[in-house]
Amino acid sequence: MKVGLFVPCYVDQFYPQVAIASLQLLRKLGVQVEFPTKQTCCGQPMANSGCEQEALPVYHHFVDTFENYDYIVCPSGSCVYHVQKHYNVIEQTSSVQHVRAKTVELVDFISTVLGVDTLPGKFPYKVGLHQSCHGQRGLRLATASEFTPKQESATRQLLLSKEGLELTELDRKDECCGFGGTFCVVEEAVSGRMGQDRIADHQKNGTQVLTGGDMSCLMHLEGIVRRQQLAMRVMHVAEILNGNEP
Amino acid sequence: MSSHPELAEKFTRDVARTTWHDETLWFVRQKRDRIAYTIPEFQQLRDLASQVKNHMLSRIDEYLIQFEENAKKNGVHVHWAADAEEHNRIVLSILQKHGAKRMVKSKSMLTEECHLNPFLQANGIQVVDTDLGERIVQLRNEPPSHIVLPAIHLKKEDVGETFHQHLGTPKGEKDPQALTEAARQHLREQFIAADVALTGVNFAIAETGGFVVCTNEGNADLGVNMAPVHIACMGIEKLLPKLKHLGIFTRLLARSATGQPVTTYTSHFTRPAEGREMHIVIVDNGRTQQLGRPDFRNSLKCIRCGACMNTCPIYRRSGGHSYDATVPGPIGAILSPNIDLKKYSSLPFASTLCGSCSDVCPVKIDIHNQLYKWRQVISEEGAMSKSKKWSMKAMTTLLASPTLFALGGKFGRMMLKILPHSLTHAKSINPWAKTRELPAPPAKSFREWYAENNNEEQVNGKTESVTGPSIKQIAKHE
Ligand code: SF4
Repeated sequence: MKVGLFVPCYVDQFYPQVAIASLQLLRKLGVQVEFPTKQTCCGQPMANSGCEQEALPVYHHFVDTFENYDYIVCPSGSCVYHVQKHYNVIEQTSSVQHVRAKTVELVDFISTVLGVDTLPGKFPYKVGLHQSCHGQRGLRLATASEFTPKQESATRQLLLSKEGLELTELDRKDECCGFGGTFCVVEEAVSGRMGQDRIADHQKNGTQVLTGGDMSCLMHLEGIVRRQQLAMRVMHVAEILNGNEP
Repeated sequence: MSSHPELAEKFTRDVARTTWHDETLWFVRQKRDRIAYTIPEFQQLRDLASQVKNHMLSRIDEYLIQFEENAKKNGVHVHWAADAEEHNRIVLSILQKHGAKRMVKSKSMLTEECHLNPFLQANGIQVVDTDLGERIVQLRNEPPSHIVLPAIHLKKEDVGETFHQHLGTPKGEKDPQALTEAARQHLREQFIAADVALTGVNFAIAETGGFVVCTNEGNADLGVNMAPVHIACMGIEKLLPKLKHLGIFTRLLARSATGQPVTTYTSHFTRPAEGREMHIVIVDNGRTQQLGRPDFRNSLKCIRCGACMNTCPIYRRSGGHSYDATVPGPIGAILSPNIDLKKYSSLPFASTLCGSCSDVCPVKIDIHNQLYKWRQVISEEGAMSKSKKWSMKAMTTLLASPTLFALGGKFGRMMLKILPHSLTHAKSINPWAKTRELPAPPAKSFREWYAENNNEEQVNGKTESVTGPSIKQIAKHE
């Protein structure tokens, strides 16, 4: 099995440690993984802004880059969602179909494809998990409070397998953080307010390390944590699972 | 004309009121959750409801004709209105035929959509909204801000002030019970004096020609039973094929709307009482146009429960008036562009596409997908600003080329490092920076690191962590 690591554009540029952790984690789990260097982006930022047509060259570039891998693994539910659901607007060649079907979110890959549900190591902190909406409701990687009070996801399970790790019980279990791609700029007032409210919920309930599967949500939340100079660390879930120290 | 971001920004400036608005609606959403969880078949009910509406929409012409025939057999006058203007004229002509001067009206978003009240008032008719929330906003000369809770943007102090001005309650009165009692006495006089009662329609049954009106205050029944003439106004999509389908919807409606098992009054109307008259006005007003748009026809399944508004984190923090449309919130943002793409072009962007609206919707409308699709239409039909379009094109050029991307990224990170914080975070030029810090730029991008370190030891070694204080530093502080 040959796996191509897809690193979202802003992770590549601003959060290399997340990509490094993803790579290390996969290699520790015995996966033959490489980073195809001609990759750029999945096209989501343009498409979510209404410019799907303008983004098509990016879609084709993505498919060309990854068509020869058995799986394309990405530490971001929202980019995976975009490739799976929104690449329906280009011609469905066998390469496109393959890439759409085999682009998988990192934790989903670890739990569903590799069948791993526990990971070794300690992480003795109170961890607040932000299930990003695209992963949770888009890819159904976690149960949603609209359907059931039970909170379940492979991410929760893997995190809880770490010795000493305690998950924060939030007042609002799965509300959106307000990032939303270009929404965070276009609707800056509401976006900022939503992020502040999410952070306040974590603060109130004792989160020491805030984590999640989408660095974009975390970038927005981390921006608020740093602006407010709060004693809270922000780490992508790949970093915790890989055994990085906070 | 203000766009959603501008109106929303204005709303959020009152931080305490935003908190209160958010919490009040979240409370309703939680009530909805609790009652939905207690029904094991809740998701099957949603499936059924969605299928029934799909089926109805696929044969809406046949069902409308069947409904008309049956209603006529029941002795009801049936009228057809292509648009808002025709609807208003029909209602006025019925009033004029009876020499009516006073009309009481129970909740109907359709008449709001058609702007019936100002039209009738201009023609010398006194119109009184009898739903408590609607009456409050009517006295204040404001549109409703929510389709189920029209005055949810107001606190009891605001209502006290309004009633003091218009109904003569003591200044500073804010006891909900006293205020409700004042409204009740006031409305009682209106009911007694009315010549005509107008209601909306929640569900119309093709098989029987009858229809159902759901309220929690019983105001529709009071109006209809006291006035000699009843006018019911409905959009074409309110139809259900058979009476047996109704139970699915009445179980879903109140639960999704307010977390109640059923609305307090679910009143069935079939034929006029002896010596009285009943009229039904069936309105299109853009609905068949939406029916003809395959990507958006699903929006016609809406039963106006308001659950998508209560769950929407943007609606809760921006208030209903920020949508500047009859139906606000997520569903309004997909219905409004159908009517006026340019005017409402900011609404499909007033969403993070989190999908909560689609998951809460009792008839399973894929609201967030339709928002995404409207964005594409707005861009294609030129309703988007040139600068935005241009920047997206530039972004594509950058992102379709690995070399440009790597260079651009390097440049961006370098600028972030060398430019002073006051410039990169200037609130006037960087909206991100109003409430948030930008990410601290790392020395190297991942691709640079990978080029140097893609060998086994490095890849399995320890790595640096994200910016900000480490947990150990935090522990030291405590
Ligand atoms: S779209 Fe769905 S949730 Fe929203 S008001 Fe209509 S039926 Fe209710």
